[in-house]
Amino acid sequence: MNGLKVVFWKEMADHLGSRKFIILFAIILAMSVSVVYILSQSISEYLTETSKEYMFLNLFTISAGSLPSFIFFVSFFGPLIGIIFGFDAINSERSKGTMSTVLSQPIYRDALINGKFFAGLTTIGIMLISIILIILGLELGVLGIVPNIEEISRMGLFFVASVIYIGFWLSMGILFSIIFRQTTTSALVSVMFWIFFAFFILMIASVIADQVVPLDQNATLETITKNDEIKNMILRFSPVVLFQEIVIALLNPSARAFGVSSLIKLSELLPTSLSISQSLMVIWPQFVGLIALMLICFAISYIIFMRQEIRAT
Amino acid sequence: MKNIVLEARNLTKFYNHNKVVDNVNLQIETGEIFGFLGPNGAGKTTTILMALGLTEPSSGEVNIFGYNSTREPLKVKRVTSYLPENVGFYEDLTAQENLKYITRLNGIPEKKADEKIEEVLNIVGLSEEANKEVGKYSKGMKQRLGMASVLVKEPKLAILDEPTTGIDPKGVEEILNLIVKMSREQNITIMLSSHLLYQVQKICTKIGIISKGRIVAQGTIHEIGQEVLKINKEDSLEVKVNPKLSPSIIESIKKIEGITKVEKKSPEHSLEEIYIKYFREE
Repeated sequence: MNGLKVVFWKEMADHLGSRKFIILFAIILAMSVSVVYILSQSISEYLTETSKEYMFLNLFTISAGSLPSFIFFVSFFGPLIGIIFGFDAINSERSKGTMSTVLSQPIYRDALINGKFFAGLTTIGIMLISIILIILGLELGVLGIVPNIEEISRMGLFFVASVIYIGFWLSMGILFSIIFRQTTTSALVSVMFWIFFAFFILMIASVIADQVVPLDQNATLETITKNDEIKNMILRFSPVVLFQEIVIALLNPSARAFGVSSLIKLSELLPTSLSISQSLMVIWPQFVGLIALMLICFAISYIIFMRQEIRAT
Repeated sequence: MKNIVLEARNLTKFYNHNKVVDNVNLQIETGEIFGFLGPNGAGKTTTILMALGLTEPSSGEVNIFGYNSTREPLKVKRVTSYLPENVGFYEDLTAQENLKYITRLNGIPEKKADEKIEEVLNIVGLSEEANKEVGKYSKGMKQRLGMASVLVKEPKLAILDEPTTGIDPKGVEEILNLIVKMSREQNITIMLSSHLLYQVQKICTKIGIISKGRIVAQGTIHEIGQEVLKINKEDSLEVKVNPKLSPSIIESIKKIEGITKVEKKSPEHSLEEIYIKYFREE
């Protein structure tokens, strides 16, 4: 356990003092603050009667003009943050020649990879929570909007989901840093996966869905629903999609289902807000899926790292 | 009864059906400076990695102070220091911080660690650069810092993999002196791999030669010399004459009983002597 603690604190110190942390923090902070600021200037236009109840949460979800919402920033830049903290975790130690020095000390080998993973996760957590708190402070100070308890607990859950989401990208970055010896290769492959999960999977999902259940002009409601279900099934392999659904349900208390079927069901329902536990129930499968994706990715890296031999070059 | 520090028995390692290390048997006793010799790619580093428990042997075993390297690597690594070939450090940390990380990984209490770090930096002559980032160090300084990292955990056995490659002759001499000092003053048993024979001959008390994964000879240089070269070399005596050698002196030496050969040699200067002299006086 000692080894894990030492590696953890060393990595934390490295991360928090690193240039990449400061640059990332500045970029995300500037973006989120500007989004909140512009929104606060024109918030009255975006608010409907029902959403006044959750005015605070609305600031995170609605987009102002050409600027996207805060949650879009998190779902878009989150992967980049995770990848940046993970892609050179192991292979840089290898190429600098520090790996054999560290591993020849009396620590278990997994202390190195675990320490790096937890340090990355903690850094991400610190980054996110400070940004959320800054925005909260801005809203309190500039707008005078006071969040209620429910909004705060929803924000808390949003924070947890974001850390897990970015944690997935972190562990994927670490995985590639173990597999590839070159840091540039691991960075590029990580970015490739990010682009795939964020953009290409949308195309692939609709292509496959259209192949399986072709839609034409006189398609029945049933086939449209079926097509949509297949599409959603494929999309949910992507952590980006999972995260977006989680965030929508968490920050928008009236959301209760996704896809075409939600529109059909929704027309029969009253647009009232759900309680927090009910919102959680809506996205529970997505939540578990996201956690599972992160853990599987980390488990694979762990196994490969433990089996990999230190070799004479 | 001699105390055995490191013992390898029938150690074998395959990499993709290639026998890299083949049935190696080694014994290193307390207080020795053991020179592990062989050309590049002979299996030196692989043997060392197996001794430290960083690589698993395909068959056979290594014991260090009685602990099995594969099954009890932590106990082995607690008493053994390892200086890898091309040792690396965190370049954006200072020498002091780098050593601090190593003491923390070893669980040495902070106060004792600070004292020890100061002490070893002093020994390797880096105390003035202790707070400089390692990225700004020269290769020779990094190697000396490597020696400091070996000493800082107070090992009983130090395994040094090619400790003198890539540094200048003055640096080499400093490192060799340090190794001898480590062995004499701190009672550390040393295993040293190298392919630079001249240096090994200068400091090692015993050697093992590995070729294509097999140990081909083991013992003191004298023993191996007799065994391998199968000649009992005659003792020779060098005589210096001042100022000029006259034929009459040679004649009179030849007449002494037991002298088999007298040879005239003109003085030779080695480049190394000149080099070291020049830089020492600088």
